[in-house]
Amino acid sequence: MSKLMAFEEPVVKLREKIVELKTIATEAEVDMSGEIEKLESRLQELEKNVYANMEPWDRVQVARHAERPTTLEYIERIFDDFIELHGDRTFKDDASIVGGIASFNGQAITIIGHQRGKTTKENIRRNFGMPHPEGYRKALRLMKQAEKFNRPIICFIDTKGAYPGKAAEERGQSEAIARNLFEMAGLRVPIISVVIGEGGSGGALALGVANQILMLENATYSVISPEGAASILWKDASYAKQAAEAMKITALDLKQLEIIDGIIPEVAGGAHKDKEQQAIIMKEYITNTLNDLNKESAEQLVENRYTKFKNIGQYIEQ
Amino acid sequence: MSIRDLFTISRKKNTDNITKREDEKAFPEGIVTKCPKCKMIHVTKEIEKNLKVCTKCQHHFSLTAEERIACFLDKGSFVSMDDHLQTTNPLNFPAYVEKIEIDKKKTGLNEAVLTGVGALKGMQVVVAVMDSHFRMGSMGSVVGEKITRAVEKATELRVPFIIFTASGGARMQEGVLSLMQMAKTSVALKRHSEEGLLYISIMTHPTTGGVSASFASIGDYNIAEPQSLIGFAGRRVIEQTVREKLPDDFQTAEFLLDHGQLDAIFNRLEMRDKIATIVKLHVQGGVSHV
Ligand SMILES: [Zn+2]
Repeated sequence: MSKLMAFEEPVVKLREKIVELKTIATEAEVDMSGEIEKLESRLQELEKNVYANMEPWDRVQVARHAERPTTLEYIERIFDDFIELHGDRTFKDDASIVGGIASFNGQAITIIGHQRGKTTKENIRRNFGMPHPEGYRKALRLMKQAEKFNRPIICFIDTKGAYPGKAAEERGQSEAIARNLFEMAGLRVPIISVVIGEGGSGGALALGVANQILMLENATYSVISPEGAASILWKDASYAKQAAEAMKITALDLKQLEIIDGIIPEVAGGAHKDKEQQAIIMKEYITNTLNDLNKESAEQLVENRYTKFKNIGQYIEQ
Repeated sequence: MSIRDLFTISRKKNTDNITKREDEKAFPEGIVTKCPKCKMIHVTKEIEKNLKVCTKCQHHFSLTAEERIACFLDKGSFVSMDDHLQTTNPLNFPAYVEKIEIDKKKTGLNEAVLTGVGALKGMQVVVAVMDSHFRMGSMGSVVGEKITRAVEKATELRVPFIIFTASGGARMQEGVLSLMQMAKTSVALKRHSEEGLLYISIMTHPTTGGVSASFASIGDYNIAEPQSLIGFAGRRVIEQTVREKLPDDFQTAEFLLDHGQLDAIFNRLEMRDKIATIVKLHVQGGVSHV
């Protein structure tokens, strides 16, 4: 069972009512089909309405949903022959980032993504998808390897942020993130980044210096979490709902700010409602994006990536 | 944007009259200055002569961008760039433009970084100096654009790029646009680097968050001033996360040096000489192996 999110409540309530009515009708052997039909069409209408009018904060809830598909769930549904590759060759294997090689529509690719856990136990092992420096260094190692063998790189972004801890600082969290931004800029292969859940700050961006940045419809990408923004703006984290709105963190916001290139639609109610269908949609978008990038030369890829980021920002030139 | 932005006249930079103006900025006390670290009372003029370094405990007082230029580059050599770029309010944050206006007047800068071309002991360099007196040195679109253009200028002139960082990180009021400036500045630095050119990052107090996690940390040489606070996450956030007491020197320049994150720490009094030596070792006496 999926956890109930506040904005979905009317839908769930009505659905329950229909089930109840059906039970009564069967038990009492009365014909209520007219009533039930009416309610079912109202449910459809309501569903359409609720899911079409999701507020930023509703999307934050969907993006954080415990059952939202993770990187590994997409990998298993979209790619063939996936072989996971571990470790940064210096310190350890950070399980909050997974990576490896695979086949995508017959083309060899490298895939890297943040990895949350689904259970408490797995979340502890994967540090809730919040990497240490060694995670970013593993990612960079795999990206350089991809460049050597001329493989496109596909990154899945799904993290609250880089881990804020003592050891992370000691081992150079800043440098690890910065190094990825710097090195990704020069890679002579196509890079596609897809924000699949939460894109939290520098820890997300470290897998995000791509030729094409896509976002799932209910994913978020932000410089600070809504709670963090609220505690700075209103000195009160409970204003997170307002902050989610003000900070412009939804896919649509980022498209309007001309930061991302495309929005991948989600199945009604969010990706967790139908993982199989969501993976099919995702595959189609990545296929089309990669087909376009495959046509570019290494020089064009680097040049276009440069221009893309150079153009992000708003200021007045006078 | 507010109508006031349209009428803001960008000020002509003049690095020679800095000493006259700094009294009212950094030392409102006037004639004497108390060191916040060792509590020693200094005659303001004396400590200014010492580049605002405490003669007793070596505490480095913060410098404005113009003061930094004055004590780092050859006198009168600096020509600033992009003073005309103006901050806008992309997320329509209440009072954001007003706050920018106040800091513009306070610092004489158009944003939290001063960029330009100058000479270091006769060698041409492009420099960027962040100023923590302007919105805590935070990086929004204009800061990102100015630094990017400065790096591009260095690439075009084929000269070293030197930055003095001082920043609380990304500027929240510009949301994810601020975050993306980390990537923007990095792609520019990558291109500069691929041309075989020199980049020196000098981290001063404080260098944290998104600035620490982008251009500040990827110098060919990562240098810092003594005792500067340098780190990715805030101390309070880390304390709440790890629930353990952090060492007193946590996230200081000395802590970073000890953990292998810095090439060297240079005292401000020797900064100009040391950096000039590094630059000299790159622009003179090299043998091309091409
Ligand atoms: Zn002192």
